[in-house]
Amino acid sequence: MLSVWMIFAAIAAVGLSGLPACLLSPRSRTGQRITTLLMLAGSVLGLASIIISSGQTISPSLHVPWFLPWGRFATAIDSISILFLAPVFIVPALGSIYGLGYWKQSEHPDNGRQLGFFYGLLAGSMALVVIARDSVLFLIAWEIMAIAAYFAATAENDNPDVRRAGWIYLIATHIGTLCLIAMFALWHYATGSFALETAQPISLKLAGAIFILALIGFGFKAGFMPLHVWLPGAHANAPSHVSAVMSGVMLKMGIYGIVRMTAMLPVTTPWWGETLLVIGVVTGIAGIAFAIGQHDLKRLLAYSSIENIGIIGIGLGLALLGRSQNRPDWILLGLGGSLLHVWNHSLFKSLLFFNAGAIIHAAHTREIDRLGGLAKQMPQVMILFAIGAVAICALPPLNGFASEWLIYVGLFHTLGFGDNAGFPAAALAAVALAMIGAMAVACFVKLLGTVFLGSPRCESADYTSDLSASMIIPMAALAAGCAGIGLFPMITIGLLEKAARTWAVQLDSTTSIVTVAPLRWITALGLALILLVGAIILALKTLPQTRIIRNSCTWDCGYALPTPRIQYTGSSFAHMLVNLSHFILWPKIYWLAIRSIFPGPARFKSIVPDTVLDRLALPVFDAAARYLPAIRILQQGQTHLYVLYIVIIVIVLLIWGAIGI
Amino acid sequence: MIEKIIHIILLLGLPPLLLGVINKTKAWFGGRVGPSLLQPYYDLIKLMRKGMVISTTTTWVFLAGPIITLATVILAGLLVPLGRFDSPIAFPGDLIFFAYLFGLARFFTTSAALDTGSPFEGMGAAREVTFACLSEPALFFALLVLAKVSGTLTLTTMLHGPEGGFSAAVAAPLVLIAIGLFVVLLAETCRIPVDDPNTHLELTMIHEVMVLDHSGPLFGVILYAAAIKLFVLGAVLLHVVFPFQTGLLWLDWPLFVLELLALAAVIGIVESVMARLQMRHVPYLLIAAMLFCGFGFILLVR
Repeated sequence: MLSVWMIFAAIAAVGLSGLPACLLSPRSRTGQRITTLLMLAGSVLGLASIIISSGQTISPSLHVPWFLPWGRFATAIDSISILFLAPVFIVPALGSIYGLGYWKQSEHPDNGRQLGFFYGLLAGSMALVVIARDSVLFLIAWEIMAIAAYFAATAENDNPDVRRAGWIYLIATHIGTLCLIAMFALWHYATGSFALETAQPISLKLAGAIFILALIGFGFKAGFMPLHVWLPGAHANAPSHVSAVMSGVMLKMGIYGIVRMTAMLPVTTPWWGETLLVIGVVTGIAGIAFAIGQHDLKRLLAYSSIENIGIIGIGLGLALLGRSQNRPDWILLGLGGSLLHVWNHSLFKSLLFFNAGAIIHAAHTREIDRLGGLAKQMPQVMILFAIGAVAICALPPLNGFASEWLIYVGLFHTLGFGDNAGFPAAALAAVALAMIGAMAVACFVKLLGTVFLGSPRCESADYTSDLSASMIIPMAALAAGCAGIGLFPMITIGLLEKAARTWAVQLDSTTSIVTVAPLRWITALGLALILLVGAIILALKTLPQTRIIRNSCTWDCGYALPTPRIQYTGSSFAHMLVNLSHFILWPKIYWLAIRSIFPGPARFKSIVPDTVLDRLALPVFDAAARYLPAIRILQQGQTHLYVLYIVIIVIVLLIWGAIGI
Repeated sequence: MIEKIIHIILLLGLPPLLLGVINKTKAWFGGRVGPSLLQPYYDLIKLMRKGMVISTTTTWVFLAGPIITLATVILAGLLVPLGRFDSPIAFPGDLIFFAYLFGLARFFTTSAALDTGSPFEGMGAAREVTFACLSEPALFFALLVLAKVSGTLTLTTMLHGPEGGFSAAVAAPLVLIAIGLFVVLLAETCRIPVDDPNTHLELTMIHEVMVLDHSGPLFGVILYAAAIKLFVLGAVLLHVVFPFQTGLLWLDWPLFVLELLALAAVIGIVESVMARLQMRHVPYLLIAAMLFCGFGFILLVR
């Protein structure tokens, strides 16, 4: 009980953290500090609360009736909530500290207070989403989250790109909410109540319909392909710490919704898991393929978030399949892996967005191909970025590997060993995951190599930057988290198994993740790898002959005038892969053919537009804008005309009723 | 214990000899005497005694590339059983760790190449990461087949196969993945027809071009790591191709070494009788390898 009140206090502190600053002057540094302090206090309180509740056997809950005619104020903190609450209380608080250096209120008097307020509201509403146990309360929190995210992401609303991205986000998120309203209505029809608790048996067809609506409604938020349309633009145009929170935490609210709904529904048919596996594979491969083709630092990171959502989807699909086939090992590995990946992604993606912010802060551009050689100016950021990049490529010994490893082992288990029947079609997802992994390496080597390594591509570039400690410390904390979970994934097992048992009631207490996937070996091999690297360095150092005899320029084949412009750019690095996956990407490439003996200056340009948004959604909207105005004749803006419409419709309905069709 | 020590000695000592055998075979095909079988060892010793020239453009990543690569291939070598003998480290799911170790090596090799800021090395890095996107799925198809056939997720027991050898029913999938794995081995170890380890024409190379700026001991580490990688992937392939054992301890170690040298000779023959593919045709070869492994999987689970 105490922990629920603590969480309410935490939500209030976090959610309203920006309020005091609104009363102070727009340039007030004190105001921003108060905001950050409130965020920190609230987050510490929230983390304390989830630590207390994770120790309790019965999940703490609070139900009170309220003033609205529907639903009630029902909240509970079970182990699934705890897993999703942890990033909600960690990432926004770190982002708030980061904002002290990155988005100084004194430098942004127009939008600093607005951003601070909605940033806190976003974090608070996400915490409320995760603990709500009533459809109406859930939808209210969901809508506050969507609106707060809109205002936080469009802080720079004097920029038309930002406004456009904001509109697309607003439309997409409300289509999703519409599906959710339909889903909860169906849920009410099926169970007779708005309460989000496991109810009496629901008919299979109804459950299937609820599942599909949940996939679409929550899929818009999570960013499943092809519902991801809002994601790249919104993430690219938001301030970096808002992008970090949106990508690291808010997308996971969509995942949370799917996990929560499937926990309450009876899963008996395999098509649920199959559907999610297919969605996961498509989202993962297409997401990373689009990421490789991007030229904008933050758009690239946004597409890579879509890829990671795909990986989480693969894990969830495996778990759903396990429930329908009654296979505890699939459930444990699939759900455990995907929930651990939720944590991991919130750590490394926030880290990478913070890094991106630091890069933009120094270079004032998001164009990858205009950057280069930043490692010399920002060595700390570069090391932190490298940690994030290795982690997101799921390479050992960092955390991305631990979660993907669980999913891999689960997928291999679907082959069916011994007497157990298998589901070998699901094992194909392991091959897709391998491909995603290899493409992620390509994508992040491109980013690391083009942005930080080599020499600056713009000769006029001046990357001097005054990175304050308030920007470095949050990044270092996240990087430490990546290394910690990567080397010691065992610490998360207790929580993951508890969540899996809450999710699938048929799990008995005999099966455990560690019996099928011995994570202590990951620790051992991770440490062995670090030791081996250390040993080789030591061996090379003790070798008496190892010495640098000369520093010189990069070997240039004897060409006398090398310039930084002959370096491989990000686009040229990605060129082969973009061409190989052109059937998804449809890149637009413009270049002038060189014709004469003394050709004039030539230009080359390549763009990878978003296939769904730019080639499907926007043309449809444009066509609608072109042809539908004819209907506007109905909208005359005169009240008596609308009353006439009502009368006509009532008469039609009366006639309809009288005929009795 | 003795087995583990022999395993480590072979893993660290034998790989350069494979390069020697390949070169000798190629020389024999070309009608030359060729360098001594031990030449790769001499080369390594020579490189270790030299100084390094380091480009001013580079950062710590340039140094980390070779070192991390060597560490990962050694660790991968400890996960693979040699011949009849168990590997020193084995646990369920180690096959994924094995595959991802090569991913880590690739990350740092290609980053080190980009660190120099040279367009040639950028080219090589781009090719390396692109081709990996095709060879990785092939490898995982092969691993799926092997896991299904043997009923285990531990590399050691998986590669040893079930008691009494593989049944005849799985012969077709195994043949298919053996072909696929051989192509993956050629691609990953940068041999003809994917890459030519001998040319210095940067525009046509993958691996050699990424290490243009490494010199002295660092270059030695790179060559050594490449040899170990060949050894490790070769050891994996041999389990599929030669599942025969004598059961006699004193005979099985020499038998394994002999098999490995024979494999090196086969690679030498392939290098002698084939030309390097055009760069734009390499993806077709890798997709073919992926399809071979994929068909093997489909045949198995149909």
